[in-house]
Amino acid sequence: MIQVQNLTKLFGDTPVVSAVSFTVSAGELLVLVGSSGSGKTTTLKMINRLIEPTAGNVSIDGVDAKDVPGHVLRRRIGYVFQKVGLFPHMTVEQNVAVPLALLDWEAGRIRSRVHEVLELVELDPSLCTRYPAELSGGQQQRIGVARALAAEPKLMLLDEPFGALDPVTRDRLQQSFLEIRRRLGLTAIFVTHDMSEALLLADRIAVMNHGRLVQMGTPKELLASPADDYVDRLLDTPRRQARAFDELVAGAAG
Amino acid sequence: MSEQLALLPGYLNAHLQLTLFALLLGVLISVPLGAMVARVRWLEQPVLGVASVIQTVPSLALLAIMVPLLAAVHLQSIGFLPAFIGLVLYSVLPILSNTVTGLGTVDPALIEAARGVGMTPRQQLFRVEFPLAMPVIIAGIRTATVWTVGIATLSTPVGATSLGNYIFSGLQTRNLDAVLVGCVAAAGLALTLDTLIRLIAVGLARRRRGILGAALGALALLYVYTGITAARELMPQKHACVIVGAKTFTEQYILSEIIAKQITHETGRCTRVAQSLGSTVAFDALRSGDIDVYVDYFGTIWTTLMHRHTNPGNRDDILREVSRFLREHDGVFVVGKLGFENAYALAMRRKQAEKLGIRRISDLAPYAPTLSIGGDYEFFSRPEWQALRASYGLKFAAKRSMDPSLMYQAVAKGNVDVISAFSTDGRIAALKLTVLDDDRGAIPPYDAIILASTALERRHPEVIAALQKLSDKINGDAMRRMNLAVDGAGESPSAVAKGFLEKLWRKQ
Repeated sequence: MIQVQNLTKLFGDTPVVSAVSFTVSAGELLVLVGSSGSGKTTTLKMINRLIEPTAGNVSIDGVDAKDVPGHVLRRRIGYVFQKVGLFPHMTVEQNVAVPLALLDWEAGRIRSRVHEVLELVELDPSLCTRYPAELSGGQQQRIGVARALAAEPKLMLLDEPFGALDPVTRDRLQQSFLEIRRRLGLTAIFVTHDMSEALLLADRIAVMNHGRLVQMGTPKELLASPADDYVDRLLDTPRRQARAFDELVAGAAG
Repeated sequence: MSEQLALLPGYLNAHLQLTLFALLLGVLISVPLGAMVARVRWLEQPVLGVASVIQTVPSLALLAIMVPLLAAVHLQSIGFLPAFIGLVLYSVLPILSNTVTGLGTVDPALIEAARGVGMTPRQQLFRVEFPLAMPVIIAGIRTATVWTVGIATLSTPVGATSLGNYIFSGLQTRNLDAVLVGCVAAAGLALTLDTLIRLIAVGLARRRRGILGAALGALALLYVYTGITAARELMPQKHACVIVGAKTFTEQYILSEIIAKQITHETGRCTRVAQSLGSTVAFDALRSGDIDVYVDYFGTIWTTLMHRHTNPGNRDDILREVSRFLREHDGVFVVGKLGFENAYALAMRRKQAEKLGIRRISDLAPYAPTLSIGGDYEFFSRPEWQALRASYGLKFAAKRSMDPSLMYQAVAKGNVDVISAFSTDGRIAALKLTVLDDDRGAIPPYDAIILASTALERRHPEVIAALQKLSDKINGDAMRRMNLAVDGAGESPSAVAKGFLEKLWRKQ
């Protein structure tokens, strides 16, 4: 269980995140959604202390994140980056093995685990000896996910992981991710600016605006009663798309 | 040429020792410093600034300035150390600036990814930042390598053997073969090392284990080989080689060879010649024990070390006084006189001298206002010139400073009328010049004397005995002939020395 209390970040005198509090229960997928500059990525990075909070607390399974050295904390939390962040000088296998090497796993165990997670993200283990630059964007992000999953974390943080992919690839990766999450019972916090993606993936959605948490609820609750104009505007696009799609389907049937 | 090539292994090995270990230390200093500067950004300006300033010091001056600096802190001031430190300082800037640049251009997203997977700052540096910056860092090392190999040829004047020995002695004795061998070998070495390092970069970039392994292996072999030879030289040797010093002119090259061969012949000890030392460098090197023996001249010690301005006249008195002074003052032992004098002397064309009826300097004085005089770079600021002017009232129409090797041609061709010749120079006879008699004794005697360290005298009396056998064995004519054989006929100092000694040994 993740408890975030009054999390605040100032850059200079400018508040980027202001007193954000929420709780994520075990096995739950929370999506942080908001337009760019809303503070959602900063909030995510404060959870594994990639960014140190100015104030507030994060506790993971009852342990205060501040009580653990940052790098030790991060080794236990899977993180998928917006820019993928695969190391270009390492092979696919070496990239996926990085978190395991940091935890001092022995070589044989690392090798079999790498093959296991590559299968989990539906990649052929024959890619092991390839370098990231030789792969497609979708393959690269699958490897990014595999790397985050390698050390069997209970918690995953994902920062707009599928934002740069074409719609088909993106859809396939979303589906794989949902499937993996269900199988492993992962707790996950997922950042996106795309409300459609949020509605499709989330158990619960937290909407952020100007560094504040403006509404939190299940997709149904949000659709039923948006808290303010901002949330309403964010919901506008998926609603309109759904309507247009319904009409199209109805037209084709008639 | 084959005689020059015989010297190549020794010179090349010494050159390799200097450059390889200077580069290694340069990398060990610059890369960590660069990593620190890349983290602590405000350090960048001051650190790179200092490195740039070092780079702007002319390389010969940088090496030369190490001599007094090291002497001031009582370290070996002649030989390997000053050259080595100078080269290390020179290698820092390219490696340092490329390390800073290379680390600075690593994508911040990758550094965040490295943090994100749980790397410590140290792991980020070694597993991500250095590997990604490596091509740029290696480019810096390549630049430093080429510079260092080139600049190491300037180690010769501070007493470190290098390929520069070919170049300095070759230019001095006009042995173009030697100059050529030195330049080609230095260029070849620079290209070889540069290629090896480039292959490492290629192997890394193209992930070709074979290329990488071969290049690293070759480089490692070079390091091991030079390391072993260096260690062997550093080992305290029971029969350590006697090091014979030589200043930067032909006569000194010949005499150092004579001394070295005489020691080996008589005692079986190994010897090494430290060539092309600057004039005061040679004496300082003897005093600090970096060389064991060399030849100097009465007058130089009398005027520049003892600061005497009077001409003592009697040679035996001078020998006694110089010996006592050097022993008490500098811990230097005077072995004995070689039997000739190499003094500053005024020389002119024989025909002109005969026409004007000039045999002595006092005959020259009335004609001086119509004549011009040429001297080497230091002559007109030396006490000898002051003394000549004071004693004879010399006033010339024109004074010209020039390179000593050009002086003789200049007077022979009539560009000047009188020159400050060295009395043993073979070109005096060859170019039909005549030396004017110093009838008022203005110039002190310049008898050549063998100087040895008192340590050598104490520990190896047999070496001193061998050298004493050279006492009064070389007269002025013999020295002039030997100088001319090198300067005029292009023989090597070593061959000339051998010829002289073989005659001497037959007589004994």
